[in-house]
Amino acid sequence: MTAALTIPTDTSGLAAPAHQLGRWRRLPPKAKAGAILLALFVLAAIIGPMVAPYDPSFQSPNPALSMNAPSAAHLLGTTQSGQDVLSQLLSGIRLTLELGVLVGLIATALSVLVGVTAAYLGGLWDELLMLVSNVFLVIPALPLLIILLGYLPRTGQTATILVLAALGWPWGARVIRAQTLSIRNRDFVAAARETGESGWRIIAFEIVPNEVSLIAANFVNTVLYAIGASVALAFIGLTNTSTWSLGTIMYWAESQEALQLGAWWWFVPPGLAVALMGTSLVLLNSGIDELGNPRLRDANQRAKVDGRRLQPTAPTPVQHAALPQRTSPLTAFLRSFSRSAYIEDRARRVRSTQPSEGQR
Amino acid sequence: MPFILRRLAFYIVAAWAALTANFFLPRLMPGNAVEAIMSKFPNLTPATYHALEAMLGVGHPGSLWSQYGSYLNDVVHFNFGISVSDYPAPVSTLLAQTIPWTLALVGSATVIAFFVGTLFGIFAGWRNGGWLDRLLPGLMFVQAMPYFFLALVLLWLLAVHVLHIFPIAQGYAGGLVPGWDWTFISSAIGHSILPAFTIVITSLAGWMLQMRNVMITTIGEDYVLAGQAKGLPSRRVIFNYAARNAFLPQLQGFGLALGFVVSGAIVMEIVFSYPGIGLLLLGAVQSNDYPLMQAIFLVITFAVLIANLIVDLVIVAFDPRVRTREAA
Repeated sequence: MTAALTIPTDTSGLAAPAHQLGRWRRLPPKAKAGAILLALFVLAAIIGPMVAPYDPSFQSPNPALSMNAPSAAHLLGTTQSGQDVLSQLLSGIRLTLELGVLVGLIATALSVLVGVTAAYLGGLWDELLMLVSNVFLVIPALPLLIILLGYLPRTGQTATILVLAALGWPWGARVIRAQTLSIRNRDFVAAARETGESGWRIIAFEIVPNEVSLIAANFVNTVLYAIGASVALAFIGLTNTSTWSLGTIMYWAESQEALQLGAWWWFVPPGLAVALMGTSLVLLNSGIDELGNPRLRDANQRAKVDGRRLQPTAPTPVQHAALPQRTSPLTAFLRSFSRSAYIEDRARRVRSTQPSEGQR
Repeated sequence: MPFILRRLAFYIVAAWAALTANFFLPRLMPGNAVEAIMSKFPNLTPATYHALEAMLGVGHPGSLWSQYGSYLNDVVHFNFGISVSDYPAPVSTLLAQTIPWTLALVGSATVIAFFVGTLFGIFAGWRNGGWLDRLLPGLMFVQAMPYFFLALVLLWLLAVHVLHIFPIAQGYAGGLVPGWDWTFISSAIGHSILPAFTIVITSLAGWMLQMRNVMITTIGEDYVLAGQAKGLPSRRVIFNYAARNAFLPQLQGFGLALGFVVSGAIVMEIVFSYPGIGLLLLGAVQSNDYPLMQAIFLVITFAVLIANLIVDLVIVAFDPRVRTREAA
């Protein structure tokens, strides 16, 4: 619809080509808060283990050092065997963040590969790949992770990383496929095709660069999923319990009855670290989302007319001439089994930056 | 073929994929699961050894196809083998003891959280910028918490150290015999309040945020403006015009997120020593009880698939277009 009112548009969402500082100032406050919080964690992960006051695994033989409440010598207290919780926390942040980023990289690469391939090839391949993604999505990941890791030796991090990445791609693949489908039909791709660029060149140099922000948002979501799932797995004791990750600290706290003994300094810091890390990623992502979708922006920043906040209406959709598509009966048949074939996926854009639910 | 039958066919494919993965995993994994089990439980009889081998496919009795056939046959008859950690209890008996607890707790808490969260989301989306929006950063923080961590903190605050209003652990007071009498039921309810509260608090935020965002997008639609322009009461515009349409993607999201929510809730059971399937899973993991682990995976998967089918039924009830439209 076209309202008769001229709506003063807030252009902060548009990229400011000026200097970087100006661009930072124009970021939504949520994105700023998320970025600062995340930077703190990255900093802790980089220098943390170097500045840690003690060796996180060092078990003090002195029984007086067991289960000490926070003090000047041990800022976050000690565990039952006299280990320093702060040192464990600093190592844990590094390991957990490392794992999250690695899983995020691998799984996002898989998402891009599957999503772009499905959309670009189209037809039967698209339907088959989406069927596989939907099956992966509907099967609960955590129990599958648990039996997979149950069989694998619990020595290194490699198994955990690979298994988490292997189950973390379908959500992103769906989102990226949807975006690719819309980009595929744009004029510049048609132009590239006309000039005789090869299929893979079009994908790598025309389509994927136009999806960078979506891929970045997806990466953030996958890191969030990986951190949540790995912490839960470590808490059950399914990862290497002799290295220090945030989940492992809580595993030891739980198994050595920190709760019953009232040692809150043992399980609260790692849990808070997970929650804050997750919050920073969610904030970052919803900030990124607000850049692209001004309607989600905090209404207080929005234009007011006569004391009433204006609700921006949906932008006029840009119509592209759809390329003639051959739909084989088999393709249509496969497609008819997915929910989205029946329901207009209104929430797609919004949900693409919803936190993936892995942290639960 | 109507929507619901097609969805049923999809869930059957998904169930088959889960069953097949469950069958091949122990056969593909490095190491000998049976040896691992036997070394932990030296008093198992040779008969058990062979039964385990057959179940986990280590000794390769018969061809892969015949193993697969008998495996499917066993699953259909709820025969999941013998638990090794709780030898000689059949896995199906252990499951039957724990499933009702989890279903009652996790099921009802998830449904409550979904509806309350959706309702909050409707209002937060309608009054975008109102007081509910001010809760958003806090909600994001709560949502980013692992379930089990909130459980630990709540237990510490409300049961163990600061206040002593709630029981610490278990599903019912010690000494009671499970039955349908009032003392037992009231005790069970008292013990489930804190776990249920944990689930509601952590998952409510997610449903609320999602519904809020979809509502904000929906409110921009022409038909909502038309409803307002006609002078319809706000309540009618909110619920019958905007929320009804925003609810469909919300339901879809519910179906997809269910697996994660249920998994998180199950890990949370461990903290409360709640006698559900999560605690059983922890025991199975700690003692390498592979038959039990695999059966629990199947049970959770099937529960999520059935819940998704119910979600589809609700979608059919809510969206007349689904009933009439052929696949687009």
